[in-house]
Amino acid sequence: MSEPLFSKKNLKLLSDPLNSSNPITVQVLGICSALAVTAQLKPAVVMSISVMAVLAFANVIISLLRNTVPNRIRIIVQLVVIASLVILVDQVLKAYVYDVSKQLSVFVGLIITNCIIMGRLEAFALGNKPWQSFLDGIGNGAGYAVILIIVGFFRELLGSGSIFGFKLIPESWYITNGGFYANNGMMILPPMALITVGIIIWVQRSRNRKLIED
Amino acid sequence: MNFIKNIFENTKPYVQKGAKFHWLHSVHDGFFTLFFVQKNTSKSGTHIHDYIDLKRTMGLVVLALVPALLFGMYNTGYQHYKAIGELASTGFFQLFLFGLLKVLPIVVVSYGVGLGIEFVFAQIRGHEIQEGFLVSGMLIPLVMPIETPLWMIAVATAFAVIIGKEVFGGTGMNIWNPALVARAFLFFAYPAQMSGIKVWVASGSQATDAITCATPLGDAASGSITYTAADAFFGLIPGSIGETSTLALLIGAVILIITGIGSWRIMLSTIAGGAVMGLILNFFAGSPALSEANQVFFGIPFWHHLILGGFMFGAIFMATDPVSAAQTVKGKWIYGFLIGIIAVLIRVINPAYPEGMMLAILLMNTFAPLIDHYVVGAHIKRRLKRATVKGQTA
Repeated sequence: MSEPLFSKKNLKLLSDPLNSSNPITVQVLGICSALAVTAQLKPAVVMSISVMAVLAFANVIISLLRNTVPNRIRIIVQLVVIASLVILVDQVLKAYVYDVSKQLSVFVGLIITNCIIMGRLEAFALGNKPWQSFLDGIGNGAGYAVILIIVGFFRELLGSGSIFGFKLIPESWYITNGGFYANNGMMILPPMALITVGIIIWVQRSRNRKLIED
Repeated sequence: MNFIKNIFENTKPYVQKGAKFHWLHSVHDGFFTLFFVQKNTSKSGTHIHDYIDLKRTMGLVVLALVPALLFGMYNTGYQHYKAIGELASTGFFQLFLFGLLKVLPIVVVSYGVGLGIEFVFAQIRGHEIQEGFLVSGMLIPLVMPIETPLWMIAVATAFAVIIGKEVFGGTGMNIWNPALVARAFLFFAYPAQMSGIKVWVASGSQATDAITCATPLGDAASGSITYTAADAFFGLIPGSIGETSTLALLIGAVILIITGIGSWRIMLSTIAGGAVMGLILNFFAGSPALSEANQVFFGIPFWHHLILGGFMFGAIFMATDPVSAAQTVKGKWIYGFLIGIIAVLIRVINPAYPEGMMLAILLMNTFAPLIDHYVVGAHIKRRLKRATVKGQTA
């Protein structure tokens, strides 16, 4: 108990998921929602925050319960915890950012089945103390958020010519207005999101050679 | 020749290991083998030494593409002057020159971007420059509508080379035909320019920069026949640069078949597949369940499908790509036949895609390894059966 709150080991829980054990690019979890909500930056950011919140608190709760839950029913207990948190998040989104909540549609509900959350509960929270679990949840949520925001940035910039809904490409550049430019329609489609994630993985692995499997 | 050889001999010390420009050695090798045959022999394993290396193979395919390219240039001028109504007063060479000036930048951009990326990758990865792009660089312009903006072609080429080829490990490792990846990229990214219903016909200094003109295929999909079979066969119809003239493409096909580079099995089976599907659709043409426009499109003579749009181009140059096509003999028949069927099916049944050849070939590219897997599996099973039966009787 003498360990300080932000010891080196604990900080590693925060920073590792950002790079060498990123939930999307290294653990390859949560790809589905990463492809679905990143056509624009705003839903991507909202989704990231939601997942981060659910992940952090689910981790804490499961970590608190870890010694009382019988092993055989732990999955269902985890699901109950996650589902309640997701409903909370969903209600908050509906109350404060209704339009984005509409845009995200089922994907907020589908956070329940997001593999990252189950994965972290199983792999980390069941065997660690609440504070560490909380940091792990924040860290993995941030790792998820980083990828979502990078993908969302490029998809919105190239696919719609805007960032957070602000038009960056001048209207007069477009072909329809006599210019030369056209938005890349493929960026809006999910396949291009997958390719973008693939490129991020490529860049990351060429910078961090330890991650390359044989 | 000695003059060129001397250049390479003189520059060689600079690119040897440890020398200042060693990082350029694959560029040096690349250009050297373009002119001469390498003296080095392999040091291990069994190799077949043949004058026809990858570079020469690719050169022959490019040669086979030349008729289509030249005709594409002529047709570009022809469509242009037809669109502005001055066809009668313009000479052959003026038509050709107009097309040449329109087509050449596209070819240059395609080769420049593609080869540039290939060179960079060769340097980074430390391998020889792979010659696969020599053909792709020519195929890409030929499947583009003439007025596609050059930057779009550059983006599509870069996408095709990086995502379509280098990601998988370079020439010989790609799943899909890179030229088709480029076209598919443009098709989905900039549908307004590429949908296949309309192409831009170059019009130069007129009030508008470009006149859009429906392709006969697009017209047929909406129920009006605007071409004659002869025009479609000789190629005097609007369309992508290299795809319009069936005649020029057949000349290319003869070159490919004689030199043994293109598989005649794939070409033949693709054409058979298209014809069979055309016949099947003819059979349903009178059905009252179809809309009027569909009845017309279902009812066009089955062989028209072969001379319209990109069917022949795809069958001869795209489907036969030795890397992405099926490898086994039986597999080639199945592969080609399904391409033909799916191409015509998409073309006629799916209103969103008036041209189905590209999607059909990409789809079958994906399935080619599976087809091969089952063909080889069936072969092994058959042989095994024969062997065990003999064993029992003996």
